[in-house]
Amino acid sequence: MEPTLTNYLALSGTLFTIGAVGVIFKRNAIGMFMCIELMLNAVNLTFVAFSRYYADVTGQLFVFMVMSVAAAEAAVGLGIIIAFFRNRISVDVDDASLLKN
Amino acid sequence: MASTVLFYLFAGIAIGCALSMVYHRNPLYSAVSLIGVFIALSCIYVTLAAPFIAAVQVLVYAGAIMVLVVFVIMLLNLDHDKPVTRLSYLYAIGGFLGVVLLAQTFFIFAVVKKGPKADIDPNVTVGETMSIGMNMYTKYLLPVEIVGILLLMAIIGGVILVRRLSQPEMELVVEHELELRHHEE
Repeated sequence: MEPTLTNYLALSGTLFTIGAVGVIFKRNAIGMFMCIELMLNAVNLTFVAFSRYYADVTGQLFVFMVMSVAAAEAAVGLGIIIAFFRNRISVDVDDASLLKN
Repeated sequence: MASTVLFYLFAGIAIGCALSMVYHRNPLYSAVSLIGVFIALSCIYVTLAAPFIAAVQVLVYAGAIMVLVVFVIMLLNLDHDKPVTRLSYLYAIGGFLGVVLLAQTFFIFAVVKKGPKADIDPNVTVGETMSIGMNMYTKYLLPVEIVGILLLMAIIGGVILVRRLSQPEMELVVEHELELRHHEE
């Protein structure tokens, strides 16, 4: 018995949900960043599974694009976190309240 | 049979590592757990006959991005994440929203039954590097070029965000700030 497409989609949905809940629960910016990476990976798994079951290469190319965007996001996101740490000496997102009042 | 066992093994590792990532308050433990998720997903890509994506997953995610994250965690010498003291009922609301999201995801996957019914053709080689390279530089050339420009923008953005202002620039900023305050008074 081979694992079906549904198995892969269920795994992907579970990982995506864990990532989304992590973004809600985490309070430091780096933790939230890592949860976003997890969500991107869950979507990548969906692409690869569909690509396998439709025998179409487009899904895997799209995974490549998603990875490039994730790399760009890592560079810019971590730059923002370092710049924020320099001003506030903290990466807690609750301290990022300059625009609040 | 063997592929089913492998799938459940790697799926279990991935979900366990993902839960451990959300659970741990030390960012470094979270990062190591996330590397576990990436490696397990890479193994699943191998069982899905996508060796190129599996290799790129290990290189780009587990290699480049996570090294950058661990580097930043150690550079900033981060403390443990503080537990939520006020508004602790938000944990319950967050968990409830997570369950709702999971139900919605499964609902979509269960209702949309347009998936292919036939079994996988074992002779198909879409995941091989040759096939991906051929498509990337012929049919999907424009997206690849756009990704190149995106990465260039990310490099420039990262450098500008992280650089410190030089002494004359800093003086200009301070001068401007003082002028603004003078006007306010």
